[in-house]
Amino acid sequence: METTYIRGIFDSGRTAALAITAIRDADLGTVTAYSPSPNHDIDHALDQVTSPVRTFTLIGALLGCISGFALPIYTVYAWPLITGGKPLISIPPFVVIAFELTILFGAIGGMLGFLSLSRLPNIARPSTKLAVDPRFSLDRFGVLVACTDSQHVELIRTALDETGALEIETDA
Amino acid sequence: MSYTKIDADILRTLQPPRLTYYGALGLIGIGFGFGAYAFAQQWQTGLGVAGYEHPILWGIYITNFVFWVGIAHSGTLISAVLFLFRARWRTAVARAAEAMTVFAVCTAGLFPIIHIGRPWLFYWLIPYPNERQLWVNFRSPLVWDVFAITTYLTVSAMFLFLGLIPDIAAVRDRCTDWRKPIYRVLALGWDGSSKRWRHYNSLYAFFAALATPLVVSVHSVVSWDFAMTILPGWHSTIFAPYFVAGAIFSGLAMVITLLIPLRKLLKLEEYITIHHFENLAKMIILTSLIVGYAYITEFFIAWYSGSMFEQGTFYDRVFGQYRFFAWGMLFCNTIVPLFLFSKTIRTNLLWLFVISIFINIGMWLERFVIIVSSLSHDFDPANWPVGLYQPTWVEGAITLGSFCMFFMLFLLFIKNFPAISITEMKEASDVPEPESA
Repeated sequence: METTYIRGIFDSGRTAALAITAIRDADLGTVTAYSPSPNHDIDHALDQVTSPVRTFTLIGALLGCISGFALPIYTVYAWPLITGGKPLISIPPFVVIAFELTILFGAIGGMLGFLSLSRLPNIARPSTKLAVDPRFSLDRFGVLVACTDSQHVELIRTALDETGALEIETDA
Repeated sequence: MSYTKIDADILRTLQPPRLTYYGALGLIGIGFGFGAYAFAQQWQTGLGVAGYEHPILWGIYITNFVFWVGIAHSGTLISAVLFLFRARWRTAVARAAEAMTVFAVCTAGLFPIIHIGRPWLFYWLIPYPNERQLWVNFRSPLVWDVFAITTYLTVSAMFLFLGLIPDIAAVRDRCTDWRKPIYRVLALGWDGSSKRWRHYNSLYAFFAALATPLVVSVHSVVSWDFAMTILPGWHSTIFAPYFVAGAIFSGLAMVITLLIPLRKLLKLEEYITIHHFENLAKMIILTSLIVGYAYITEFFIAWYSGSMFEQGTFYDRVFGQYRFFAWGMLFCNTIVPLFLFSKTIRTNLLWLFVISIFINIGMWLERFVIIVSSLSHDFDPANWPVGLYQPTWVEGAITLGSFCMFFMLFLLFIKNFPAISITEMKEASDVPEPESA
């Protein structure tokens, strides 16, 4: 069966979270929520795992730290010039470079991770027209359910209705 | 406060401005143009048009550089450090402070380029494989500066942009004029889905965590431009904390200088309240006391060290030919902020604005005093110049131009992007009353 999308519009994150819990508990379909701001009720209802953005940030930071030491060490050997009787590899000044590059690459890694994991810039056509609504950036919360079982469609609509959806729409 | 009201109030600030806005922008634009003209003169003629004279070879430009880097710091403190401490009051002022950080670092970053003799070769500061087979000297604090400022600018700009993405999406969804396609591109297709919020929240927290050490590190690195030399008045281990405290102190004053007219101009009195200003004023008191303590410590170290050069420099600082600048600095940075201990004064916006201007002037003077008075009184009395260092009109015009550039960028920002984070205000506000209940 083709995927059917059912969307409920709510006026609070709390009621949207109730709908999400009801649909997920009954295993009626895949739920995506939309909200104007981060909402803890929805987060708990969706039971989302921690974002892997942190892995990207960590990898970036480690690369930055290694580069911050590797670049100065390589360059002092590329043109050995002893100044003031100091060793070529002077760790304390290189720590400054390594510190700054750790932060810089960590931030860039995190940003790239965020963009790739969030699929941004998002230029692809949405899977359903119900996934886009300007009210989601204003004051409305959306609960979009993708369902492949036709028998679940009515159950989803009922769950959305019973938890206080202001509007319910279906897109086959 | 309902989501709809937050949206309406903040998006109202993006409506076409009145003539006074264009008038202010025009005036500032003229100032910026004058600065650009002066720089063109210097570019063509050479650094000789500036008032540099041996031994004062760091002057107004480096003063401006340190001043503007310092201004940036409070923005990061408010947006990142207070975020990590879960200080909820920061929500209303964080966006303006973040924007101020980015524009201040942009302005600061120009000064080392303006200061060098051949500004068209500024990219030699960046390490890259080149036909000369030369690399930069990684042991030099000036190269550390390049890394610190580049990192600060990049991280601050990304942090600002990240926070703006959902807000730009909100603007995109309401905008009806010619700017809509621009907002559509800048919003990157943000749709407010739970998956995107999850990654967004995670990265926002990481950015705050990554930006926090920058509050401490960047001005420490800038301070080492001075402290790593052996010049009396510069060669001191307290320079890093001293500069960091001063940076936050001056930045907080600049936040107040910007926010008081901003809330009036954009009619945001309901969002940026006296409570916010009072909290900023309390932070100013704390940092002012740290700066005052650092001043005392500097003099104590000079006396306790027994070094005649150190003692001579600090005696000269308060009784020599630059004494008026030094006393002005001490008055503005240690005496004037004490008035903020009075609740009546720190909750009166007019007083607060006046005090913030005094602090801005005082902190500029501090950098001037540290740089110029120390250079004018080095080890060899034969070097000491007879008269005062006299900046030329070129240096004055470029300084004016830098202030105009900063205010111009800020004015353009607040009329094209939400000056208060819509998303964070909604998150902080109560959930709207359900109509269906």
